[in-house]
Amino acid sequence: MYGTGILKGMGVTIRHLVDSFVDDMRFLGQRYYSDSSMNIRQGTEGRGVFTVQYPDEKLPVPEQFRFIPFLLYENNEDGSTTDRCTSCGICAKVCPPQCIWIERSSDPDTGRPIPEPTNFYIDIDICMNCGYCAEYCPFDAIKMDHDYELASYNRTEAHIFDKARLDKPVEYYASIRPTDYLAEETARAEVIAKKAAKKAAAAAKKAAKKAAAEAN
Amino acid sequence: MSDKDSSVVLPANEVVSNSIVARFDGEVNSDTREGYEGYIVNANMLPEVASVLKDELGYDYLSSVTGVDYIDEDHIEVVYHADQTTGGKGINIKVQLDRENPVVPTLVPIYPGADFQEREVFDMYGVHFDGHPNLRRILMWDGFHGYPLRKDWQEAYYEEDVKPFDSRWPGGDFKRSEADNPYGKNVNYPPGFDINNWAPETDDSLYESLQKTTSNGKSLHTDSIVVNIGPQHPSTHGVFRMVVALDGETITDLQPVMGYLHRNHEKIGERNTFLQNMPYTDRLDYLCSMSNNFGYALAVEKLMGVDVPERAQYIRVLMAELTRISNHMWAIGFLLNDLGAFQTPALYAIRARELILDVFEATAGSRMMCNYMRFGGLARDFPDKLRGEDTVQFITDLVENRLPKAIDELDHFLTENEIVRSRCIGVGVLPPEKAIAYSAGGPLLRASGVSYDLRTADSYGIYDRFDFDVCTRSNGDVYDRYLIRVDEMRESTRICQQVMRDIPGEGEIFSGKPQYNVRVPAGESYGRVENPKGELGYYVVSTGKTNPYRYHVRAPSFVNLTVLGELCKGHKVADAVVILGSIDIVLGEVDR
Repeated sequence: MYGTGILKGMGVTIRHLVDSFVDDMRFLGQRYYSDSSMNIRQGTEGRGVFTVQYPDEKLPVPEQFRFIPFLLYENNEDGSTTDRCTSCGICAKVCPPQCIWIERSSDPDTGRPIPEPTNFYIDIDICMNCGYCAEYCPFDAIKMDHDYELASYNRTEAHIFDKARLDKPVEYYASIRPTDYLAEETARAEVIAKKAAKKAAAAAKKAAKKAAAEAN
Repeated sequence: MSDKDSSVVLPANEVVSNSIVARFDGEVNSDTREGYEGYIVNANMLPEVASVLKDELGYDYLSSVTGVDYIDEDHIEVVYHADQTTGGKGINIKVQLDRENPVVPTLVPIYPGADFQEREVFDMYGVHFDGHPNLRRILMWDGFHGYPLRKDWQEAYYEEDVKPFDSRWPGGDFKRSEADNPYGKNVNYPPGFDINNWAPETDDSLYESLQKTTSNGKSLHTDSIVVNIGPQHPSTHGVFRMVVALDGETITDLQPVMGYLHRNHEKIGERNTFLQNMPYTDRLDYLCSMSNNFGYALAVEKLMGVDVPERAQYIRVLMAELTRISNHMWAIGFLLNDLGAFQTPALYAIRARELILDVFEATAGSRMMCNYMRFGGLARDFPDKLRGEDTVQFITDLVENRLPKAIDELDHFLTENEIVRSRCIGVGVLPPEKAIAYSAGGPLLRASGVSYDLRTADSYGIYDRFDFDVCTRSNGDVYDRYLIRVDEMRESTRICQQVMRDIPGEGEIFSGKPQYNVRVPAGESYGRVENPKGELGYYVVSTGKTNPYRYHVRAPSFVNLTVLGELCKGHKVADAVVILGSIDIVLGEVDR
């Protein structure tokens, strides 16, 4: 029968119109700009208006979300900072579009390389956000960021991130990826504990040997 | 991947071997190179051999045609993969040609589906297909000089043959590629070319090649005109052009013109390391990155002979099937767009897709460019929480309740809609024989009543463990192509439900140690999956190094377009738009 399709379609529209008013009453004017109502609106029970009032409201991004890498440094107790990066170059080698440039430091006297970068560039126009650098970094020194608002007026300069622009403290990393951070710290602690245990065992063995030798 | 699938060299099929090697004594030889399989055929015998394969041995479906430039051995090889639509392993035959003057007889009369793919090989390698009805460049423009996939051709921003490039580390001498802007220098000119006396190529020859009149002779004596639909046109789903010859408003001939998005994906793939190609596959059919990853992982795993852990297998299937649902929702939504119902049905259709993308984002880290699969497993396991809920619970609820509900809703609003019915039923009919002959794949093929689905025909992953049906419809018109997508979404939710029921609670998701630069044993492999749009195949050749020697993508959208002209003949202009919508193409994959 002709016309049923139109009626059905209009029915959907009307239902949503009504739902949006129901929503208004439910949140009493607090529909937008409040985290609690946004969770409900975006959740499985959401009806009515789905729209997020970006940029005043933002959807939370999941922990695994990846957008443009950054470099990690540790804050030392004396106020100085230590880069985690050892400029081993794995991220630059694994990078599919080859958007990472690393300048390795070298000792000014001997000319031998030292394990830290003098400079580190990422061309974010070329970066394809694949996350390989973070995935294959053996030192957990480069990670993927959550900050996706990178628009700027000058693409030729503003989109080349140098080391100063890329550096972020470990605490920031811990705040955006708590689960990953925890897992990595646990693994690191285990490795250190294992090393310490090995060292202790070796020392004990040595001491025992010495004692045995002295006894003889 | 089960054990039997992962063996690198498959035993040659005895029947085939006996009938073609013995019959064509000396003209057909088994390919005995290490890691290779199939047969090497002398070029002049190719049509005969192909006829025997098709008519006597039942290899009626030509899956892929591609070339490989073996520059050290000084020959170009054209590789054909053929299948039986009744199922089973495919066969490949190869022809070795002289690099200077490569000529091979065309297979278009035997397999019409070879049309565009042969044109692509001509375009990329300069192989001349003798007798091809329309041998013109297909992805590059007509005036382009050189053959981009030949090993001695270099692109405009050429740095080195293979990645990683030396300038990146440890020197770190940063420079923008744009700094040495190749404008004016970014094309090769043929010897003796004079730019001052050059007139741009026109499409006159293309326009003239179109058939201008209908054969029945009953029409009014209207002027025949040629109309370009696209390249910038909302109905073409991207930058794509349909050159249409019209008699009144009736289409007498249609030629698709493509390549506007061509970025030489395959050349990039040959510069990349094996692993680096994975995120690039996301960008092919950017609506289905998960299953693109799947196909490429299968192809390389075949060469490497690695096994995938149980849990990873289940997650792979789950992701591939969720991708199918999200793709079909998109396809149906935009089919309605093409019917003139602008955006409203499309947005309703993709509302549930949003939840699927949430799963991808929380798991893989990106909504569309997932880059999730690795050789031997996956990048990471499910997160604990997804949108504040337990992940497993969220996905179970999604596949048990919310997706079926969304599919039912689409079905409820659209299937009986009188506009959908009157615009779609009987439009663009594709008979089954023609669908097979033109190598149509996926929903396009199954809507014509051919029950051919790689998930059962040449099962990969762990699809053999699940209970699902290969849906078919019998009319082969646009309406059936819509219905088959609804059916397939229902089957996909069934598979997902079984995955969530059977998946091991925990376990490894990657076998072995993650390596950033894997060396892949020498050989060839053709890894393929049933993508939502059809058969997606990766033909990978390795020489034992860290970069693929050849990386070819058999893109379903591209091959499905071969039949577009045939489907549109005799219909109105508005129907051409709908027929294109029902084929469901993504230009990232068509143009590569």
